[in-house]
Amino acid sequence: MSLNIDQIRGLFPVLHQEVHGKPLIYLDNAATTQKPQSVLDALSTYYSHDNSNIHRGAHALADRATRYYEETREAVQEFINSKESAEIIFTKGTTESINLVAQTFGRKFIGKDDEIIISTLEHHSNIVPWQMLCEEKGAILKIIPITESGEIIFEEFQKLLSPKTKLVSIVHASNALGTINPVKKIIDAAHEVGAKVLLDGAQSTTHLEIDVQDLDCDFLAFSAHKLYGPTGLGVLYGKREILEAMPPFLGGGEMIKEVTFEKTTYNVIPFKFEAGTPNIADVIAFKSSLDFIKGLGKKNIKNHEDDLLAYSNELLTSVKGFIPVGTAIEKVSVLSFNIKDMHPFDVGVMLDANGIAVRTGHHCTQPLMKRLGIDGTVRASFAVYNTKLEIEKLAESVAKIARIKNK
Amino acid sequence: MSSIKDIQDEIVSEFEILGDDKESTIFYIMELGASLDAFPEEERKEENIIKGCQSKVWLVADEQDGKINYKADSNTDITKGLISLLLRVLNNRKPEEILNAELDFVSRIGMGSIIGSQRSNGFASMIKQIKLYALAFQTKQNV
Repeated sequence: MSLNIDQIRGLFPVLHQEVHGKPLIYLDNAATTQKPQSVLDALSTYYSHDNSNIHRGAHALADRATRYYEETREAVQEFINSKESAEIIFTKGTTESINLVAQTFGRKFIGKDDEIIISTLEHHSNIVPWQMLCEEKGAILKIIPITESGEIIFEEFQKLLSPKTKLVSIVHASNALGTINPVKKIIDAAHEVGAKVLLDGAQSTTHLEIDVQDLDCDFLAFSAHKLYGPTGLGVLYGKREILEAMPPFLGGGEMIKEVTFEKTTYNVIPFKFEAGTPNIADVIAFKSSLDFIKGLGKKNIKNHEDDLLAYSNELLTSVKGFIPVGTAIEKVSVLSFNIKDMHPFDVGVMLDANGIAVRTGHHCTQPLMKRLGIDGTVRASFAVYNTKLEIEKLAESVAKIARIKNK
Repeated sequence: MSSIKDIQDEIVSEFEILGDDKESTIFYIMELGASLDAFPEEERKEENIIKGCQSKVWLVADEQDGKINYKADSNTDITKGLISLLLRVLNNRKPEEILNAELDFVSRIGMGSIIGSQRSNGFASMIKQIKLYALAFQTKQNV
């Protein structure tokens, strides 16, 4: 089914504005996606009608808020096909989800000389929490190398695996280059040596069908705001038996079963990991984003985004001075590039002057940039509401900018 | 030599000609960057990098006849352009002139909206570093 993009654009109020006197072309979707009206309405409705603290109050509003909150948990369960909704924990975002695993699973199950494997493609959020853990525990961080095109070298990964490997924490789709990792193969190989696997799904969940049971990953971390949902909200999926074996992350309300001054017993999952009053409004509104994605169909979204990526490659390849960065065969809709003899920052500011929003810099992947021998890139990333016309405007502007230094 | 105020007025009127068109303004700033004097290669080292700038900025200064001569460079053309504006106003002046300079051209040309608020912090760091050099030379002169 092909999507009616004009109709979809109509659902996103923010897209209909001018910046610097030019119509906005928003191509920074890997940083955050825009929100459809239904999500905005859900936020407003919650605060206008249902605002209440959840899981506690003996009154109608609390009951409603609790029900809606838990309905989102069920929607997330369906979205990633986990066995049960108790395996879905709400966090602040992907970063917190990964830190939660590092501080609980990591602290309990990873010790001196144990090994954690990540890849060269990782976002700082999937590097620093493990470095902190390794420093504390005397564990060792191992890095899967990549090819020039930005794909991990699977044979090198296999060589790193050993009975010492306790965890493989790997990005599903690279935020800087778009590379989709062969995660099924990675998970199977890791499980063979008894290691657990965390998938950083920040960039993949919005583009790819995710089935955690089929993938058999032990953890999946992702953020709502890259899924047309609210900011400051994320998800950690974990297999029940692992989550149950993990100690709590934060201590406080909600996560307890019983507290005395002598001893506290903890609540069951997922509540054990949701201390304090959670981000109720955003959780409730997140269901509208999931409904939005479901309504369009992920396959249809992916097809449209693939078309945009192919079209942008086709148009930009002929631009003198255009240097694509990250040319993996399997990619999500991320176009990272440089212009010969120009700094990405200059290109980004010039694109902004043309109304085009992109991200420039190292994209929180400094080790990856170092491996590729560059300071950074210009990154255009596409979402379901982007159009071929916008890609043409991008190509036109990039060509104009490139001519400054590439006559 | 024109006063700091006169040069700032000159810059403001140049930017007024460009009007509200951001693209031509950026082009103009990049062109200004190209006119910056060559930066001595031996000074392109870590300790001369200004902290707080998203792009790399190198700045050095020396004193001649009681006046400060700055040299600066950046890895981005836009930042080079911005430095060239600052140096046009402040280069080859006495330390106290630099320290007392009220750089109102920055807000008058709408720098914030040209380079964005995230980069404005970097611009402020450049001004701070220029003034720190002035303070150091002034202290030296008074010893």
